[in-house]
Amino acid sequence: MKMNGAKILIECLKKENVEVIFGYPGGQVLPIFDQLYDAPIRFILTRHEQGAAHAADGYARATGKVGVCLATSGPGATNLVTGIATAYMDSIPMVAITGQVKSFLIGNDAFQEADITGITRPITKHNYLVEDINDLARVIKEAFHVASTGRPGPVLVDIPSDIQMQETEFVYPDKVQMRGYNPTYNGHPGQIKRAAKAISGSKRPILYVGGGAIACDAADEVYSLATKNDIPVTMTLLGLGAFPMTHKLALGMLGMHGTAYANHAIMDSDLIIAVGARFDDRVTGKLEAFAPHATVIHIDIDPASVSKTVDVDIPIVGDAAIVLKQLNKMVKKPDTKDWLKTIDGWKKTYPMKYKDDNKLRPQYVVEQIYEATKGNAIICTEVGQNQMWAAQYFKFIKPRTIVSSGGLGTMGYGFPAAIGAKLGKPKMPVFDVAGDGSIQMNIQELATAVIEKTPVKIIILNNSCLGMVRQWQELFYKKRYSYTKLCADTPDFVKLAESYGAVGMRITKKKDVRKAIDKALKINNTVVIDFRVEQEENVFPMVPAGEAINKMISGGLA
Amino acid sequence: MKHTISVLVENKFGVLARIAGLFSARGFNIDSLAVGETEDPTVSRMTIISKGDDKTLEQIKKQLNKLIDVIKVVDFKEGEFVDRELMLIKVAVNAKNQKDILEAVESVGGRVVSALPSSVSAEVAGDSNKINGLIELLKPFGIIEVVRTGRIALGTGQMGMKADGKPEVNE
Repeated sequence: MKMNGAKILIECLKKENVEVIFGYPGGQVLPIFDQLYDAPIRFILTRHEQGAAHAADGYARATGKVGVCLATSGPGATNLVTGIATAYMDSIPMVAITGQVKSFLIGNDAFQEADITGITRPITKHNYLVEDINDLARVIKEAFHVASTGRPGPVLVDIPSDIQMQETEFVYPDKVQMRGYNPTYNGHPGQIKRAAKAISGSKRPILYVGGGAIACDAADEVYSLATKNDIPVTMTLLGLGAFPMTHKLALGMLGMHGTAYANHAIMDSDLIIAVGARFDDRVTGKLEAFAPHATVIHIDIDPASVSKTVDVDIPIVGDAAIVLKQLNKMVKKPDTKDWLKTIDGWKKTYPMKYKDDNKLRPQYVVEQIYEATKGNAIICTEVGQNQMWAAQYFKFIKPRTIVSSGGLGTMGYGFPAAIGAKLGKPKMPVFDVAGDGSIQMNIQELATAVIEKTPVKIIILNNSCLGMVRQWQELFYKKRYSYTKLCADTPDFVKLAESYGAVGMRITKKKDVRKAIDKALKINNTVVIDFRVEQEENVFPMVPAGEAINKMISGGLA
Repeated sequence: MKHTISVLVENKFGVLARIAGLFSARGFNIDSLAVGETEDPTVSRMTIISKGDDKTLEQIKKQLNKLIDVIKVVDFKEGEFVDRELMLIKVAVNAKNQKDILEAVESVGGRVVSALPSSVSAEVAGDSNKINGLIELLKPFGIIEVVRTGRIALGTGQMGMKADGKPEVNE
């Protein structure tokens, strides 16, 4: 059947089972919006294109499906850029569709023209400019395929508005044929055998699990490998939820703000089993000093992640779930009794703690969210201290329950991502653990959350400053607090919430924290709680930049 | 260490920008890059000369392979390939030294492509030694312009590589 490009796009999205699109209209996507008017796909009108990109990303992280966002050419497209870069750094499957000026105007500096494929080339897994209406269906098919397979990532499709209006026969291809793209899923059997032997013979093994284990749904296999063989598990920020924090083998997060026991354990280990993690600088600290005694097994779907920073002894390129399943059949249980005893010693010597007094401390707020939900919630975070406290003090027990910008560290990510997560998982309580700085970076999405009835709970850990930067200034810049002071009363978050039709609360006392969270959970609307927390509170433990990760500072607490 | 890398890519709009962008974004070095169509018009072949230690080269290969439009990457080892470059060079000339310049060009197997009263332009194709040799020979006369294509390389024997990325079949 003949149809125009805009209609073809919608038909393709239906074929890909797209339930929801986040976006914003504009001049060069009018034909697409005309089709969306009566399409059986939910469209979420965000109040900024950046919000749309983050919401699509949050939806993808919470559900595992491809998130879709849509914006017009020029400024619409460039406003997506931070969201696309965020998804790229964390390997999140996303398809971003942008309108472009008419084909014959491209290159003329036309009104609202931007070379968005050029701009996004280094922050997308792949991108396309559709130059021929007959390519459109194939390109959309490829975009979803590339975004969701191998190491996932964002794909951008730029569609000139004249192509949206041209007509052709709609044929959706059955399968993709891309000779340059063929991810490896099955690990090399010989390498898996070597890994099994190394694990069976190890004395101080540790599982180091990252976002890749979440992406390929490998949590069950991680659980088997760990619990059947008594191997302790540490996770990266994006790996949280891959193994339940309530389990005695769980060591929590490692790295710059990881637990002391996770950092000591990986540094003293004789075998690291890295699963879908990429040894980034926030995890390894000083590279030359990292885990000097360890043999390294690295299971990753991206060959370029292997030996990029830390040299790997037994690389296994493949899908972590498939590889671990095979590995689990071969591993003979190593004797880790002494090792676990040593780790227990560290757990006792260096527990995660903060000053337990009558003051309203941010860590306590996060703990109370856990207590109120028992871990059955999706925790989105902004970036900075709020993010680290959420990672440290919320016990993640299930995959896809943390939604946080790890690689790019994007302030303003958490709230729109929470809206996306809530749309994907409407039955789960969804929180955005925020700071008073980052929440203001996409605060306009309060309108979206209220109008679209995505009742997320925004927990502002309000310390009237840009806490993480302030912390670095305190520790490393002689307390010269250069431009990190915000104002506690501007804005008035309670009134701000109310002006959007959300519910606002302000909590200043520790004893009122739990009541407020319980109340927020009962309200079927977006709730903003302004927790006035201690300004001086810092995130500890902390590894100073460039140090070995067992050289932590604890702020006098441990 | 210098490496000669052959890359088969989709002959599509924007591919050169993807490759060049990858090198600059990741801080990889490019000495030269030459690109042109292969026996299959849908496939282009690039020859990239890059410097770096083994770890860097490993990353270059892996990152290139990650690009969707890249079909195959080969890092040639010494003795596995032949490489050539073409140079056009323009030299100032006068009545006295014209003969010396012509001799220099001929001594490396080059050819004069344009001779004017004030300048001579010559072409020479060959490996780097030959090309750099001619530049040295002509320097004393006053070089006006140099244009080089960058090296192109072809695998020999087992290292042959057709446009579909498959090795050539040895009869």
